[in-house]
Amino acid sequence: MNRVEGRDKVTGRARYAYEYPAEDVAYAYAVQSPIAHGRIRSIDASEALATPGVLAVLSSADPPALGSRDDAELALFQTHEVAYHGQIVAAVVATTSETAREAAQYAVRIEYDAEPHHVRLRTDHCGLYRPDKVNPAFPTDTEQGDVAAGLARAAVTIDATYTTPTEHNNPMEPHASMAVWEENGDLTLFDSIQGASDDRDTIASVLGLPPERVRVISPHVGGGFGSKGTTRPNAILAALAARAVGRPVKIALTRQQMFDVTGYRTPTIQRVRLGADAAGRLTAITHDVVEQSSTIKEFAEQTATPTRVMYAAPARRTTHRLVRLHVPTPAWMRAPGEAPGMWALESAMDELAIAAGIDPIELRVLNEPAVEPESGLPFSSRNLVACLREGARRFGWANRDPEPGIRLEGRWLTGTGVAASTYPARRRPSRASAAVEDGDFVIRIAAADIGTGARTVLTGIAAQTLGSPAERVRVEIGDSALPRASLAGGSMGTASWGSAVVRACEALLKNGAEGTADTTEDVESDSGFARHAFGAQFAEVRVDIDTGEVRVPRLLGVFAAGRVLDEKLGRSQFIGGMTMGLGMALMEETVVDERSGAFLNHDLAQYHIATCADVRDIEAVWIEEEDPHLNPMGAKGIGEIGIVGTAAAIANAVYHATGRRIRDLPITPPKLLG
Amino acid sequence: MRPFSYSRATDARDALERFQPGTMYLGGGTNLVDLMRLGVARPDSLVDVTRLPYDTVEAAGDGLRIGAAVRNSDLAMHPVVRERYPMLARAVLSGASGQVRNMATVAGNLLQRTRCPYFQDISHPCNKRRPASGCPAIDGDHSGLAVFGHSEHCVATHPSDMAVALAALDARVHVTGPAGDRVVPMPGLHRLPDGEPERDTVLAAGELITAVELPPPPAGASHYRKVRERASFAFALVSVAAVLDVADGVVRDCRLALGGVAHAPWRAELAEAELRGAPATQEDFSRAAEAELSRARPLPRNAYKVPLARNLIVRTLQELVP
Ligand SMILES: Cc1cc2nc3c(=O)[nH]c(=O)nc-3n(C[C@H](O)[C@H](O)[C@H](O)COP(=O)(O)OP(=O)(O)OC[C@H]3O[C@@H](n4cnc5c(N)ncnc54)[C@H](O)[C@@H]3O)c2cc1C
Ligand code: SF4
Repeated sequence: MNRVEGRDKVTGRARYAYEYPAEDVAYAYAVQSPIAHGRIRSIDASEALATPGVLAVLSSADPPALGSRDDAELALFQTHEVAYHGQIVAAVVATTSETAREAAQYAVRIEYDAEPHHVRLRTDHCGLYRPDKVNPAFPTDTEQGDVAAGLARAAVTIDATYTTPTEHNNPMEPHASMAVWEENGDLTLFDSIQGASDDRDTIASVLGLPPERVRVISPHVGGGFGSKGTTRPNAILAALAARAVGRPVKIALTRQQMFDVTGYRTPTIQRVRLGADAAGRLTAITHDVVEQSSTIKEFAEQTATPTRVMYAAPARRTTHRLVRLHVPTPAWMRAPGEAPGMWALESAMDELAIAAGIDPIELRVLNEPAVEPESGLPFSSRNLVACLREGARRFGWANRDPEPGIRLEGRWLTGTGVAASTYPARRRPSRASAAVEDGDFVIRIAAADIGTGARTVLTGIAAQTLGSPAERVRVEIGDSALPRASLAGGSMGTASWGSAVVRACEALLKNGAEGTADTTEDVESDSGFARHAFGAQFAEVRVDIDTGEVRVPRLLGVFAAGRVLDEKLGRSQFIGGMTMGLGMALMEETVVDERSGAFLNHDLAQYHIATCADVRDIEAVWIEEEDPHLNPMGAKGIGEIGIVGTAAAIANAVYHATGRRIRDLPITPPKLLG
Repeated sequence: MRPFSYSRATDARDALERFQPGTMYLGGGTNLVDLMRLGVARPDSLVDVTRLPYDTVEAAGDGLRIGAAVRNSDLAMHPVVRERYPMLARAVLSGASGQVRNMATVAGNLLQRTRCPYFQDISHPCNKRRPASGCPAIDGDHSGLAVFGHSEHCVATHPSDMAVALAALDARVHVTGPAGDRVVPMPGLHRLPDGEPERDTVLAAGELITAVELPPPPAGASHYRKVRERASFAFALVSVAAVLDVADGVVRDCRLALGGVAHAPWRAELAEAELRGAPATQEDFSRAAEAELSRARPLPRNAYKVPLARNLIVRTLQELVP
């Protein structure tokens, strides 16, 4: 389907959070800490307050009243302590955004007592500890069988450490909010967010309001990749500022500020050990992860969890260790866990294939498990082998010479690589309603369309259930006043919302007037199966032997993700993920300045994401998968799996091209030179 | 953003008259306006010089005269430039994006500021932005910064691609100012940082660039090659502008300029001297590259630029041998 709101978007009619008009609106701009650790000694806002146009200055000099300080990233201006460079320490509210910014940068005088800071992730840091669980609720460590014995009896072993750098989500639309306090004390928040219901609850709790006094409106969101999955300080700041000045207040974070206060992917250091017998059967797998969080909030990425799912082995271990540094709190970024974890595991599998002299596809086929390895649960469906086989056929894998570093075209070395992908297929409780109004069907659910096409796919799902043409179905989303829904995250949006929409439509068909649904019970009974999507990614690369530049002339992804509900939207999700995976492989890296603790390359001129010129021949296809154990649509989520495995496929191809194994992302020219 | 006044000049005299301490000339604004938003540039007034009558590319003797207000896109697409100075067209097209080039002017491109990350963020010290505040890049992240001609005060690079091609073409920059008109040769417009990194160029306050003049194109084949990890819309890790004139297997003349390696486009004079009269072979190209790179002083995190520049010089010259 074409996007139902496509016309509104290309004509500029679709409104994003910052674009809503309001009378007498004021603007807020955040003052950020220039130190990474310490205390605010004094705050002098007098010059700012004397500036024409400035309405108020918010800071810990006069802490605003809050209902909850549990989330230290949202409890603005409550403490003099500074936990990281770029933390919001004050804000200026003014009649124009320029005035607010100028006063924030030059007229609020804050003195600090700095203390030593630590911002570099290391495996020998004395503060490493074992968190109680990893995101969202996985066990931190797992162990089965005798790992030492498994490695000891292996004919081939791999023991290698792979790293990923700090990476930032960088959605196109900056995090933006407008807060309007109504006369009766209710708050309306126009917010750029991946889920209006949860956002409403969080904002209400932080401000100390009952949830029904807060309404979040966010019909259009310009991307998030997880960074808008939870409430961000911009929303709280807008509300506090609006309360302080008695006018509506808008705030749009700058790109640079987004780097500091809207989350990022933790850097990871991952040691993977694999043992295999002479035939290539795994005897042991270990995956030990070191990663970071901030000193004020724990976020432990579930990096090793895909290793619990992928391959059969009698002995296995996964661990996660965390260290609290003077950095902002990391958070979700497209495929948290799977994206960095599969980079390491799938690089190691390639190394094992080479060491064992086995084709990397055959190695994976050989180690295909009959049930989910650690849980012992049957898979609701698992078609990794079919993806590998279909990909091999389409990509032309058959006659590949595994010898590295021998294919020279002009001054370019060429090579090909493969890696597997996986992502869990889950869903969360949601509610929806379906009604007939003026002869059309109207579906209501507080879902979010963050550019994925959610509104469109829900229209399709409803139309199909109702047996109606899509033109007669209108879907209302992006408003916390609508029936409560889960957020757009974890590739769960369509599965969660679609389940509720189908049930609501069925109820409508039954009673003829209105149908409502709540899938809480359905979702609670989702057990008994391991549910995951799988895929295989193939990459062809060229490496300039003089400059170390890597180009990717061809990327192919083959996925098995249940029923793909819409061809056009599905393909966009897959190739969008793969494109982001290409960026992860070759360029995405946030540079941390050790002296100051700051993120240095905090704009899109310096933090490189893939451009159109980097993406040449990219294709995503899928295998028809019938899976009755998922949801009424038979669909698995597809928002994230596309980024999983891409970086390993590219790194494996770089090895094939050059004979150089790069274990530290991103694979930039300096790493391949000399 | 600090409040500022804006006015549009109609001709050079008008622009000079509007210029006061605290004034900055405004071209396409693609660099200056960004820096104003970041609080790095804080002018009291902007004098827009894009409507000055310097928006044409004209023949000048056997060479070419490019108006200072010509947009980067128009320069790169100009038929005479493409035919006679293809290296310049390539250099301009390798910079920024189509949208930025549509706005950017020739003078603005020459005078764009460094992309050193510390310079662009006022929460850091920086000698270039705030003299005597220190240079955090030297002990910090200088991976994109200079290997030639830097000082203990600043290791920034000049980011322009166009300027590298102009330096190889012996361009001449026409300037008018309170003290009259003058011509500044390329290389020569941009200075090395020495003890005054706050000064990017030899221009005095209020001096206005009016045109860039190109002498007739040098004999031989030419190329501009830019290395970057992303295929487009990225500044150069290292770039080279090369002109090679070979007759009977011997180098008759050669021009080599490097980008991304110094505070100015770096004319590789030692390599050029080594090459003139030498056989046009890979060994000689390597020797010339080594001669130039013997004066490189890489820092720990940008040492990769030395082998990269060497490979790039040799490779580009080899491709230019007829
Ligand atoms: C995201 C991004 C990526 C980029 N990538 C590249 C790249 O890869 N390669 C590259 O070379 N460039 C790149 N650029 C830089 C771009 O080329 C420059 O921003 C542009 O050329 C500046 O031209 P302008 O006319 O907009 O200058 P402005 O921003 O208007 O001015 C720049 C400076 O020149 C001064 N000035 C302007 N006109 C005159 C005049 N006539 N006389 C005296 N002073 C004058 C101004 O006062 C100011 O100091 C990039 C820019 C961006 C934003
Ligand atoms: S290298 Fe130059 S521009 Fe960069 S921080 Fe040092 S002084 Fe400033």
